[in-house]
Parts: sequence; C-alpha cells; structure tokens
Amino acid sequence: MSNTKLKKADIIFSSYSVAPYEILKLTMNKDKTEVINEILDSGLRGRGGAGFPTGLKWKFMASEQGEEKYIICNADEGEPGTFKDRKLLVEVPRKVISGMAIAAWTTNSKLGIIYLRAEYNYLIPALKKEIEVFDEYAEKFGLDFKVEIFSGAGAYVCGEETALIESMEGKRGEPRNKPPFPINSGYLGKPTLVNNVETFASVSMVCRYGSEKYKSYGTDDQHGSKLFSLSGDSPKEGVHELELGMKISDFVEEFGDGDTKAVQIGGVAGFCIPRKDFDKTIIGEGNTTGGATMIFNSTRSMYNVLHNYLEFFAEESCGQCTPCRVGTQQLLKGIEAVKAGDKPESYLDDLVKLSKTMKITSKCGLGQSVTNSFASIVKNYKEEMLY
Amino acid sequence: MADVAKIIETKVEQYGKDRKALIPILQGIVAEKNYVAKCDMVEIARCLDISAADVYGTASFYSFIEDTEKGKYVIRVCRSITCEMKGKNKILKALEKELRIKLGETTHDKKFSLLETNCLGLCDVGPAMLVNNEPYTQLTPEMIPVIIREHRIKEN
Amino acid sequence: MSTIKLKIDGQTIEVEKGTTILDAAKKINVNIPTLCHHEDLCVSGNCRICVVEVAGRDRLEASCATPAENGMDILTNSAKIRNARKDVVSLLVSEHNTQCTTCYRNTNCELQDLAAEYNVDGDRYLSVLKPNIEVDKSSWSIEKDDSKCIRCQRCVRTCAELQHVNALTASHKGSEMKISTFMDLPFNEVVCTNCGQCVNRCPTGALTERRYFDDVWEAIGDPSKHVVMNTAPSVRVALGEMLGYEVGTRVTGKMVTAMKKMGADSVLDTDFSADLTIIEEGHELLTRLKKVLVDGDSSIKLPMITSCSPGWVKFIEHMFPEYLGHLSTCKSPQQMFGALTKTYYADKKGLDAKDIVSVAIMPCAAKKYEANRPEMNDSGYRDIDAGLTTRELGLMIKQAGLNFQNLEDSNFDSIMGESTGAGVIFGATGGVMEAALRTAYALVTGRSVPFENLNITAVRGTEGIRAASIKIENCLPEWSFLEGVDLNVAVAHGLKNARIIMDEVAAGKSNYHFIEVMGCPGGCIGGGGQPIPTNAEIRAKRIEAIYEEDMSKPIRMSHENPEIVKVYDEFLKEPLGEKSHHLLHTHYRKRNRY
Repeated sequence: MSNTKLKKADIIFSSYSVAPYEILKLTMNKDKTEVINEILDSGLRGRGGAGFPTGLKWKFMASEQGEEKYIICNADEGEPGTFKDRKLLVEVPRKVISGMAIAAWTTNSKLGIIYLRAEYNYLIPALKKEIEVFDEYAEKFGLDFKVEIFSGAGAYVCGEETALIESMEGKRGEPRNKPPFPINSGYLGKPTLVNNVETFASVSMVCRYGSEKYKSYGTDDQHGSKLFSLSGDSPKEGVHELELGMKISDFVEEFGDGDTKAVQIGGVAGFCIPRKDFDKTIIGEGNTTGGATMIFNSTRSMYNVLHNYLEFFAEESCGQCTPCRVGTQQLLKGIEAVKAGDKPESYLDDLVKLSKTMKITSKCGLGQSVTNSFASIVKNYKEEMLY
Repeated sequence: MADVAKIIETKVEQYGKDRKALIPILQGIVAEKNYVAKCDMVEIARCLDISAADVYGTASFYSFIEDTEKGKYVIRVCRSITCEMKGKNKILKALEKELRIKLGETTHDKKFSLLETNCLGLCDVGPAMLVNNEPYTQLTPEMIPVIIREHRIKEN
Repeated sequence: MSTIKLKIDGQTIEVEKGTTILDAAKKINVNIPTLCHHEDLCVSGNCRICVVEVAGRDRLEASCATPAENGMDILTNSAKIRNARKDVVSLLVSEHNTQCTTCYRNTNCELQDLAAEYNVDGDRYLSVLKPNIEVDKSSWSIEKDDSKCIRCQRCVRTCAELQHVNALTASHKGSEMKISTFMDLPFNEVVCTNCGQCVNRCPTGALTERRYFDDVWEAIGDPSKHVVMNTAPSVRVALGEMLGYEVGTRVTGKMVTAMKKMGADSVLDTDFSADLTIIEEGHELLTRLKKVLVDGDSSIKLPMITSCSPGWVKFIEHMFPEYLGHLSTCKSPQQMFGALTKTYYADKKGLDAKDIVSVAIMPCAAKKYEANRPEMNDSGYRDIDAGLTTRELGLMIKQAGLNFQNLEDSNFDSIMGESTGAGVIFGATGGVMEAALRTAYALVTGRSVPFENLNITAVRGTEGIRAASIKIENCLPEWSFLEGVDLNVAVAHGLKNARIIMDEVAAGKSNYHFIEVMGCPGGCIGGGGQPIPTNAEIRAKRIEAIYEEDMSKPIRMSHENPEIVKVYDEFLKEPLGEKSHHLLHTHYRKRNRY
C-alpha cells in the first residue's frame, strides 16, 4: 500500500544473533537504578491495556523492602481479539523471560511466575524447555531468580492483576480494593510486580536498543512500538508490530478488506470506531493500548456484535460488585428488549447512562470498560439496535 | 481410575499444604477425570483443612474446573465474535451432528462433551476449538468428522 | 500515630493514618450509606453504595474501602453521587424479590431503606431475578431465600471471620454468581452449626430463622393444651429493641405480662434452669477434679467445657469429635427446663404431660435445632416443643395488639420461675463461668467468692478469650483435695475463639480446668435470634443490662434459689443423681468435619 502513514516497526520481533540471554548479561553489568531510569525515560507503558508507565512501576517495586518479592508475567490474555502474547510466548519466549529477569535483578526479587491462561496449556511444554535454558544462564550470571508457570483455570477477570493474585492464592478471582496496590501488598501480602507479556518483551528491547532509539518510534505521547492482534474482516489477520500514533483510516487502508464499517480497538473492553470517525481517531490516544483490533465490514450486524460482547461480560464478570454483576445483565437484556420492541428507543439512552454509571462505580476495569464499546456502538449504530 | 489422594499429595508437595495449592489440585483432578466430583471436594477440604464450601466456591468460579461429569474429551468451541463471523455456528452444528448431542451435553459413552468457551486467543485462525488442551484452528464442517474419528481411534 | 488532613464537604479534618473515608466522614457527623459494610467484619467494598467523589478523579471511590489521604478533597453528596447511588440501588432492586409485603424483614430491611430514600423506580430496569428460586427450609434453625439476596457477602464473611465455620461461600461468577452452601446442598446436609450469626448480619430477608410462632399461637388457642413458656436471660434485655425501647433496656416485668396476656398458661423463667445447670455442672466439675486429682483417673477429661450453647456443641461435634469427652454432660438450661416441665412440673401441677406444650423463647437460632435433636425426649415426650427467637416473640406481642410500653410489670409464675443473679448472667459471655464459680467456691469453701458484690470481673468483658485463676483455700473437709489448687478457667465467645481453644486442647496444651464457650460473639445476648441489627456497641449495652439485672436480684448464687432447693428436695434428690442423669444430662455424637 502506498501513501499510507502507517509505520511498521520491527522491535519486538527483530531478530538478531546473540548468545542466549545476552541482553540480560549486558544489562546486569549496569547500575540497577540506571536501568530502571532508562526504562522510565523510554516512556514504555504497560502493554496489557492499562498503560501504566512501566519504569515508574519498577521504581516503586525496587524501593519495597523485604526478602520475598514476586515478579508476575500476566499471560492471562483473555481479551477477545487478543493473541499477541500467544505469539510472543511461542516465538520469542526468551525476550519475555529476559524482561522478567531484568525486573527481578533491578528490584531484588527472587521468584517469577508466568500466569498462563488455561486456554494456552499447549504452550507449557515449550515454555518449560525455555525456562530450563534460562536456569542455566541465570546460574552462570549469578542471578538468584527462578521462574515457574502457574496455570489459570478459565476466567477473563483474572487478567486484572489483583484478581490474578487472588487466583494464585487459591481463591476466587475477585479483584481487590486498591489501595493497597500489588507493589506494596500483592501475592501473599508481599511486594508483587505484575506486567504483561509484551511489556516484558519490550523491556528487553529497551535494554537492548537503549531508550533513545526506542523513543524514536511512536509519538510524543506514546513511545515505541505496539503489537496489534488483528482479526475479522481482513486479508491480513495476525500480529502486526506497528508504531503508535497512526490514524485508524491508515490502519483500515492497510488492513481492511475494502468494505470496513467499524473497527474495534482494545478488544471488547475497548472502543468501536465507526467509519465516519476513522480519520479523526488516533490509535493510542484516548483509547486502550491492549492492541486487540477487530475489523467489521458492512455485512456485519453491530447488534450481533454488541450482543456477543455483552454475553461475554455478563458471563465473565466476577460478580462481586453490583454495577458490573447486574449492570452487564441489564445492558444485555436491555438491547434484546429494545430489539424486540418491548422497550422504546429511548431506553437505549437509559442504558448508555447506566453504562456510564458502571464506569464510575464498578470495582475493577471490567465493569468500568463496558461503556466503551456499549456507548460507541449504540450511539453510532442506533438503527441496527432497533431493526 | 484417578487416584485423587495421590494427585492432592503431589500438588501439596509442590505448593504447600495450604490454600494456594487449591487451584493446582483442582486442575490436577480435572486433568485426570475431566471434572471434580463432590467427594473429591470433600477430600480436598480434608487435606487442606478448609471447608468444603470454600473448595466449591473457588472451583465453581473457574470455567475450566467442571463439577459435573464430563466426557473423556471436552470440546470447547470458541464463541468470540470473530470466530462467529468465520462460521463457528456451522462448526457447532457439525459437531452436534457428528456426536449426536446438543451443546452442553455429553455423549452416552462418556467420550465427548460439547461446550462453548470464550475467546481462545486464536482469532486470526478461527473458527477454533480446544479438545481438552489441544487447539484446532481454521475449522471447516468437513474437518469435524475427521477430528472426532481421530479421537475415537485414540481410544483403541 | 501519624495523622493526615483532608477535606470532606468543604470541612477540613484531621484523622489517623489508615482511617477510611467512611470513618473520617463519621467524625464530622456525615453518615455515608452502606450495605455490604459491617462493623464486625472486614472491609468488602463490593456493593458500591458508599461511593463518594474525590476531586481530580472521574471515578467514584468506595468510602468504606478507601483510606483517606493527605490533601484529599471529598464530596459525600452531589448530583453525580446521588444519581450513581440511585442506579446502584435500582440494580439491586432489579435483582431482588420485591414482594416486601410478605417478607419477614419488611420494615427492617436495609435495601428497603435505601430504595425508599432514593425514591427508586422499580420499573426503571428489567427484572433479572432468576425464576423459580426455591427457599431452603431444610434446617430446623435457618431459612435461606436466594431471591432476596443482594450478594453483599456479609454472611460469608461472618461465617468465615467471626465463626471460622465457612459454611457459606460465593459461588460461580457473572450472572450466575450467588451465595451457596457446599454444592448448594440444603442447610441440613452441610457443616453448619446453626448459630444464626449470618442471619443477624443479613441486611435483607435472604437469611432468616425458621419461624414457628404460628404453631405456638395454635397451641395457645387450643383449650386442651397447657402452654408453658420459658424465656432466656438474654431475651429480657433485648426484647425492648423491637418494641420502641433503647438498646440495653430491661423489660422483664412487661415481658412476662405480655406473655400472660398472649395466653400462655404459665410463664416461667429459663434462668431457673440456668441455676439448675450450675448445680449440676458445678458438681460435675468437682467430681471430675476429684477423679483426676485424687483417683488419677485418666479417662476423665479436663478441661471440662460448658455445653449450654448448641451452636458450640454442634461445632465441636463437627470439628473436634475426638474431644467430646471434654464437654459437660449437662444439658442446656433450655433442655433441662423442657425435661422438667413434662415431669416435675406436670406432676406438681396435676397435669398430663401429653397436654403440655413447652415453648422456649431464646436469643438463639441453634436452640431450634437443639429442641429437635432426637435424644431430647427424656421426659417421654419432646422436651421442648418449639423454640422461638426474641424476634418472633416481639412479633407475637405486636400481633396480640398489646401496648407493650404501657403494660404493668408482673412476676414469673412458679414453680420454675424463680431465679438468682447467677442465672441471669448466663446471657453474657463469662456469665456461666461466673455463676459456676460463685456456687462452686461456696460449695468447696463454705464462703462466698472473695470479690466485691460477688462480681468476678476477671471473667467479664468482650475480649475473645479471657483467662483467670482462683486460688482455692481453706476448704471444707470433704473438699480438702482442692486445698491450694489454682483453679484455671477460661472464657471464649464466638466460634473463631472456640476453635483456638480446641486447637490448644487437641495439642495437649490447654492448662485450664474449666472453660466456658459461647458460640456467639458477646455470648447469648449476641445470639442468632436477637433483634437486628447487631454491633459491638449494642452487644455491650445488652451485657451491661444483664449485669444490672444480676445486681437487682435479692439472691445472687444459684444454690440459694429456694425453687432449686425445692426441686432437689422433692424430685431430683441429689445433684448427679439418678433422676438428674436421666433427665438433665445428655450425650453427643461425632459428625463430619468437612
């Protein structure tokens, strides 16, 4: 495609020939605080969707005292439309584990756990092999850091860091109240750093290339590259590494099938951008950074799409807090009622308002995010909700 | 027959004799029998010295911890929007036809259970499904009888 | 302790670090509404009713779960908050069985209060109440109606944190999330002690006691039946809360009048059999001490532990069945009362026991189960026909149209209506111990316990486990084997503390001779059948009232109760004698722990 402002990046999947864990070795020769500052300076943000500045998180973690500190790699990739972490774990597990090891070394943590969703159990044998390789090198480098795998058991909400921790502690995956934050009191009440798979892989690359080079990608606001999981009505489904900051219109031109009606960015917890807004919307600004992108063409019913999303939320809500547990059911039943003519068109406005209440009152990101897709789809595709 | 006590013992050795061993124990039992029975939960409660209600409350939370008997092969068809767009309903119909059961049911010979599941993370290669832990992607209705036959043969 | 400064509704206040916004607001007399929050329990933060605005944040914060921070600028009341809160309440209502008119908790329901306060429109959202929810009435004591559950998880936390029984759990997730017993089995098939603490903390009618007052009305209305009612000590200091009185008001006299006017043939006092329990249990303790200290009989178990709390009894049957030998074989005052009613009382009054309906009014949910334990029929009939809670009595008084506050006082009837201060203090944690010590000490030394006004304050209070030691000196000759012995006693309340006590016993590390265990926090005054709500302040006031009642009694030691003297003289003959063993003592059974 010519005339596109879409910029592909080749950071995370960049291939180069070095000895295993060479990046880790080189990083360990530096000063720990310097390394954390470099990550901070790079502007790298969490790649799981929440987008918290990684360097800042690591800084807090490093200042936590105590012998027992945990590094958790959040591989619970449950957001519909997301599969980049799967690809990372299959193709570049070494970069992921390196990132974890760098985290462990800079923050003086001794145990790392990869929380791997149950649906990815088939990745375990290969991962275990890579961990064995890592163990060898960790010993060589004198790094006291062990990596284990903990399997999830089928719960989208366990992608939320405190729910993930609850799950590791053998309990229901119900998100905790924050504060305290996991950095201060996480797994077993100890300082715990939770980062996404892609974040750890990105850290390895920041350490390899340096923050200046990393910053040269992306925009002033969002540095570096991001993996986008692309699926739906597109001839180029798969994982694409792109610089942040492109317009959706560029994205659609590159990846759409010529008949793109809507783009869902950020998974079902993200926003649905209608054709008319493609030109106005920039990926990474005002929307989430998880990178799950689903493309819908004009044959798709947005009512079906929304209904699918709401069924998902109503099932995966942990159920503890009122606005999410009941609100998701209300939104689902509500659009069904409007479609069936049992409730008037104006009821959709009531539902949008309700979704906004859910945003400001829900206990965790699940309930807080439902309004993103709900409001955007209802607003932009009202006709399809009615007929 | 799965020796539940042995499974519990192994997991307790690895994770300790406390609550944090619970989910690995449940997963261990599911790996053997594809579900956790009432008596298993009581046994777990006894070994970890927690209440049976606590075991149940935790087990019932997770979609991959079944508490009713399932077939040897649990088929989980992804029902995410993109898999649906790619034809998941046809795949489901093909499975229902081949297995002669409806969604949610288990075959009479207890070989197969048919369930739907949320996003498997195989969106770019859908429609997708898991058979126990094995992923099957880019499914077509024609592939279904072949896959099922493969598993029936595995039996013998 | 470091402090922090913050602004709430424009007012600057200083609070200790760690204070929640909810508690900080209380200091300036702002009551933020809550639902899942309960003072007795750990913070939950799941109902999302208590949300407040924090300047600079778009999202609202749960004030019960958010610690106040320096510089926070908080609004507790704004359009944004009210609209959000109204939505949340509306959602709860949409998930709820809104047939309030027929609900037991009608007019005393926290969801009702909020829905009314926020003028919620029940038709705003669709109903997501699941159809065909069956009410679990399998238990003698507790009733569970999931259609009224708001999933606040107070019951789960109560059973976990206060009672360490963990009979209830949140189960499933999403739209299927609910509060369940193990595998959603009926209550009578799971490990539950029937203590009813969950009922006390349920904000709605999802968990209530099984109710039998209609049966009692029927018996009262049946001319061929002779209805005997007995009331526990804790009822008289809490009943008033249901009838317009302040917490901690003693309404004994009016209570008796009311029950007479309701049509009971005889209104008697469980405190009488509390005194009786002391005689039997006191002698049992001394017998065990003799067997251990003099005879070296290793089959006799020490510490001896009280057995009048049926929630506690079921607890030890489930959790520590190998240690049942430690339980006193004495029945509870309720059951002793029942057994005597249909033998001694019937005899003395010239009645046929088969025509007697014995009704116990208790602060307790477990006593409903206790009354129906298969072995509780030593009189030849069911010893106690019906157990009612304080709450049910309050309801019956209202049903009878009595203007309670204007009733005159009356006295209990005889021959089982007299009691001492020792009998009344059974209601407070530490009361059984104190009553037992008053009598045992007097028996052994011929003197009263060496405490001012006989008040053994060492065993009083609300700390979970309290210990005391009394030196036995200058004994009467027949008790010389106790000369110089330091009698070590302990008191525990709440099953969490019962577990601690029993873990010590199981480990062989318990150095006590005698332990009082009450299943409910606070003792019986905090029982599962007492007026709702409950909190530490309410329980403290009820306890105060109990000790006031004790001081108001002319006789303060069980063995000096003339009716007690009479029942031994004319019927039982001697403590631990044959008649006592037959009617007043019982056995226990092993149950499953999981």
